[in-house]
Amino acid sequence: MMERNEKAAIIRMFHVFKRFGKKNALVDITLDIFKNEFVFICGPSGAGKSTLLKLLYLGETLSEGQILIEGVNISRIQRKKIPLLRREFGIVFQDFKLIPTKTVFENVALVLEAKGKKSSVTQKKVKSVLRIVGIEKKLNAFPPTLSGGEQQRVAVARAVVGEPKIILADEPTGSLDIVSADVIIDLLDKFHSRGATVIMATHNESLPNKINGRVIHLREGHLETLTAGRQD
Amino acid sequence: MNQFVTRAIKDIFKNGYLNTVAVTTIALSIFIVSAFGLFVLNTNDMITAWKKGIRIMAYLRSGISNEKLVEIEFKIKQHDGVQDAHFISKEEALIFLREKMKGQSSLLEDLDKNPLPDAFEISLALSLKDMTDIETLAERIESIPLVTDVEYGQVWLKRFVNIFNLFRLAAFGMGGLFFMASVFIIGNTIRLVLYSRREEIEIMRLVGATERFIKIPFYIEGFILGALGGLIGIIASFLGFLLVSSNIFQGISSDLFMIRFFPSDISLGIILCSIFVGWLGCYLSLKQFLKEY
Repeated sequence: MMERNEKAAIIRMFHVFKRFGKKNALVDITLDIFKNEFVFICGPSGAGKSTLLKLLYLGETLSEGQILIEGVNISRIQRKKIPLLRREFGIVFQDFKLIPTKTVFENVALVLEAKGKKSSVTQKKVKSVLRIVGIEKKLNAFPPTLSGGEQQRVAVARAVVGEPKIILADEPTGSLDIVSADVIIDLLDKFHSRGATVIMATHNESLPNKINGRVIHLREGHLETLTAGRQD
Repeated sequence: MNQFVTRAIKDIFKNGYLNTVAVTTIALSIFIVSAFGLFVLNTNDMITAWKKGIRIMAYLRSGISNEKLVEIEFKIKQHDGVQDAHFISKEEALIFLREKMKGQSSLLEDLDKNPLPDAFEISLALSLKDMTDIETLAERIESIPLVTDVEYGQVWLKRFVNIFNLFRLAAFGMGGLFFMASVFIIGNTIRLVLYSRREEIEIMRLVGATERFIKIPFYIEGFILGALGGLIGIIASFLGFLLVSSNIFQGISSDLFMIRFFPSDISLGIILCSIFVGWLGCYLSLKQFLKEY
């Protein structure tokens, strides 16, 4: 098992602590996440789920410990190289974080433009991804004119268009109705089956039953249990 | 690069209101600085034209022989800055005076003898530009033996030049202040634009955009806003100039000089300066903003 961990772990966390002032947000987290895993990070509000994801994409800095992503110690990464690290991730947020003044197409295309992709490549890829998430007919719409479910589909499209190795989803279904939430879970599962590692933070304990994945429970910043999700 | 320019142009339209404020601010600053510039330019022209018309009158002791007159004329013409020297006898001077005082000629009728002195009217070379040069030349001519006095309207011309220099200094001072104020106001306006788009900048960072990718369209925006503001400012100045020059200052223009607008190279320089101000305002506010957010 240990040998498998070292070979296939895409993310390794060693005794990770995160403090905000005197408050401990994460306490002594040691964890491996493997390539092409679907991992749920469950726990109540304030458990440290979002903080854990933020540490991965350097939205927050570590207080103590080490995080390796594909063998690279991200706490030592130079500031100017942070964008390159973030390109390894596709991130989906509860509040979508779409740019309201840009169209659906422009929001998704932004990822490829930031990578310096040619316009023709961007056009092709964005349209293809929008087709997969089922929102190709609204590519010229502005986010505020879309429903919550549609906006989250755009956010998923943006997260996957750069073909990231890791998809981080922070409560992606938190503000959606059950039907829309199921669509988003199915989409994430679809991209997981295409080879992406998916890490999803959720307070909804029933979600792991829908996907074949691993469940990590956090409570008040402490890692409580590691359990298997649905096993097919 | 095309991609950045396209993004910048789209963003200008999407944030139309704030960008309109920024362009208006730049245009107003350019307009005010141009007004001062035009004042300095035309007053300078006017003084130069008047200097061209300046004559030094060298008055002579009475009863000088013709040989001595030739010698004095030679000495006067020897000086640098003298274009020509023309002798005016006291008789010619009196005739000239009578013609000038046609209305009050009775004042001159009771004169026992001609009170006017013989004189040389000295016209100056164009190379004499400063008041000090004219003063020095006048002093040298005055020191020639048998020359009793020199006159060239020194008192009023000196006063006028002093006032003009004061205005010029004020114009440069105002120009400098407006430049700083423009950079400050434009910087703050662009800060408002950035503040309204902080979420967009945050999202760009989250999707892996480099600082360069974020900054370049803003720099292009600053460039475009500066160019637009400069162009509008210079056009407004030109229209204002046409309005003013065709009405108020018509009486001032003479054959010696014409009121004029900035030549094309200065107009271009003003627009380039405006572009620089737009870019600088953008650069400073972006630098500070990206540090804070």
